[in-house]
Amino acid sequence: MRSGSTAAACAALVRRDLTLVWRRRGDAANPILFALIVVALFPLALGPEPEQLRRIAAGVVFVAILLAGLLALDTLFRSDYEDGSLEQLVLSPHPLSLLLACKIAVHWFTTALPLIIVSPLLGELLHLAEPLRGLLPLALLLATPLLSLLGAVCVALTVGMYRSGMLLALLVLPLYVPVLIFGAGACNAAQAGLPFAAPLLWLGAALVLALVLAPLACAAALRISLS
Amino acid sequence: MNALTLWFHKTGSPPTAYRLAGRIMPWCYGLGLVLGLVALYGGLVLAPRDYQQGDAYRIIFIHVPCAWMSLFAYFFMAANAFIALVWRIKLSEVLAMAAAPIGAAFTFITLVTGSIWGKPMWGTWWTWDARLTSELVLLFLYLGVIGLHAAIEDRRQAARAAGFLALIGIVNIPIVHFSVNWWNTLHQGSTVRLMGPSKIDASMIWPLLLMALATHVWFFGSVLARTRIGLLELDGGKDWVRAIALDDDKEAHA
Amino acid sequence: MPHTAPASVELRDRPALLEARGLAYARNDEPVFGPLDFTLHPGEVVLVEGDNGAGKTTLLRLLSGLLAPTSGEIRLAGEPLTLARLSPQVALLSHANGLKPELTAIENLRFAAGLLGLRSGLSPTTVLAGVGLAGYDDVPTRKLSAGQKKRVALARVLLAPVGLWLLDEPYANLDRDGIQLVNRLLENHANRGGAALITSHGAYAYTSGTPRRIPLRADANRSDA
Repeated sequence: MRSGSTAAACAALVRRDLTLVWRRRGDAANPILFALIVVALFPLALGPEPEQLRRIAAGVVFVAILLAGLLALDTLFRSDYEDGSLEQLVLSPHPLSLLLACKIAVHWFTTALPLIIVSPLLGELLHLAEPLRGLLPLALLLATPLLSLLGAVCVALTVGMYRSGMLLALLVLPLYVPVLIFGAGACNAAQAGLPFAAPLLWLGAALVLALVLAPLACAAALRISLS
Repeated sequence: MNALTLWFHKTGSPPTAYRLAGRIMPWCYGLGLVLGLVALYGGLVLAPRDYQQGDAYRIIFIHVPCAWMSLFAYFFMAANAFIALVWRIKLSEVLAMAAAPIGAAFTFITLVTGSIWGKPMWGTWWTWDARLTSELVLLFLYLGVIGLHAAIEDRRQAARAAGFLALIGIVNIPIVHFSVNWWNTLHQGSTVRLMGPSKIDASMIWPLLLMALATHVWFFGSVLARTRIGLLELDGGKDWVRAIALDDDKEAHA
Repeated sequence: MPHTAPASVELRDRPALLEARGLAYARNDEPVFGPLDFTLHPGEVVLVEGDNGAGKTTLLRLLSGLLAPTSGEIRLAGEPLTLARLSPQVALLSHANGLKPELTAIENLRFAAGLLGLRSGLSPTTVLAGVGLAGYDDVPTRKLSAGQKKRVALARVLLAPVGLWLLDEPYANLDRDGIQLVNRLLENHANRGGAALITSHGAYAYTSGTPRRIPLRADANRSDA
């Protein structure tokens, strides 16, 4: 009698989560629709002048994608908690942090990556400046995994609650502040003709750190929430 | 078990901690009040007018000590949360959660006094100054801890979850500070520096430091007061709490 | 594992697989149950009996290392219980089945096998047939009845290569055949040297052999709260 390898467990988890997303594929478009609607609200509120919209385009797209990601966070552990599979994950003989890292990766891949792919379209709606067309998706590529990792820790803390939406926002958003500042800041610096490599490098460094630490923190938080 | 851990366990047990807190608390409040009044006299009456800001600068005798306390309270909370999570000490859980609302109050006072000071100085109630923005994020971190603690029914689980959040926040505070400073330099044009490199006079510095001391002592007084209540709440069914409740009853009827 | 009866001297001398000493749990200072002492040896099935709200589920969560006891201790093979030491040898069936409604029965079992490992000689298909669901391989779990879901969850427990089963209300939702199935599975598990701790509110008891029973009651001082 032996338990399987950790790699097999991670593979099984990734396959299961991807299958689940595929079976619920109707929900997959929700974050994109949400971001699209939020972005569309700005010209309606501020007026359609291209110059004014261009000035705020990068920041608005960033915030819209951040909020869409916040709404999607709830699905990370919600159904697993309700049907008891989260307990099974915690009780499995494999490192919980590694399993959670797999879950977070699948979640990022299925919720944040589509948002990055549509980000040029969102930028176009706000007349995003020419030099930012490549930079904005790049900044998002560095920022969104950080948002997912930080968010996962906070979701793990609120996993047992019925109505955790507002509380989750209160826990997560202060942690998102530096990510937003550096991500959107890089775009703004580029738009102003200033050097923009530094904030991107900071984001990259933070991402590496979070990749290592956030799954561990997430596992610890989950153990607290399930007790 | 060596003498130190033994002492820790004895002092950390709820009944002993409750009694000890009750004995220290009045001294903290008394000392805090006296020191605070002396510092206020020094700051509002004895200290000279500022040649640039006139009397308006005098709000720093409230604003700056509160800003220091807002950070100090967070460190106190996080340190206790760490002890509570690693060694599962009940008292530390209660201490950490007792510090949260007090720290939030200091942060709130810092923001309000900063904004009142901003009106005569900058002509506006709010400006996106680096320090004010960091302080605002700090307030949200406090509110998150308090909100999480309130949302979980099991008191010990709530304290551990909120304590864990406080520890994440402590990692975040320097990052927020650093990022907000960077963000501020990017948008330099729109902000005014609050305190320039100008030297502060000695007649202004002593009331400031005294007030800082007063707020620290006052902070410990109110932490102890809240801790006593927290301990009673946590151990509501235990014999020592019953004994206290019955004693109070006797005194009330006597 | 040797097929020795639990009563043999050799087993009595070894430390119990699971041992609770003065185990008690309180939530917000209100006692849920305890203090409780018991042992569970390999080859044994122990039945925890108690009314609704007596703390059966809480006891199982304590024994599975998800909760920390308020007082007392749990020992696993003579050493203090930790999640790391427990997880390679335990299978838990809790109230929530741990099944994904969107996945088919066989997909759920394959995932469980990937996560927890596979007992040698078994496969998800044979196990599913073993719990009386042959031919249900490709039916989405949400289309199964409550009893059938319970059977799939039992199949998941059966698959895992572990010696200790912690089953919370394994008889709930099951028909007469299902109850006999659970009893048969428990008997086989005990015969191959496995141990099981099951809870029941008493309506359907494990009847094969003479299982030890642990009555579970909340502490008496709760009544005045």
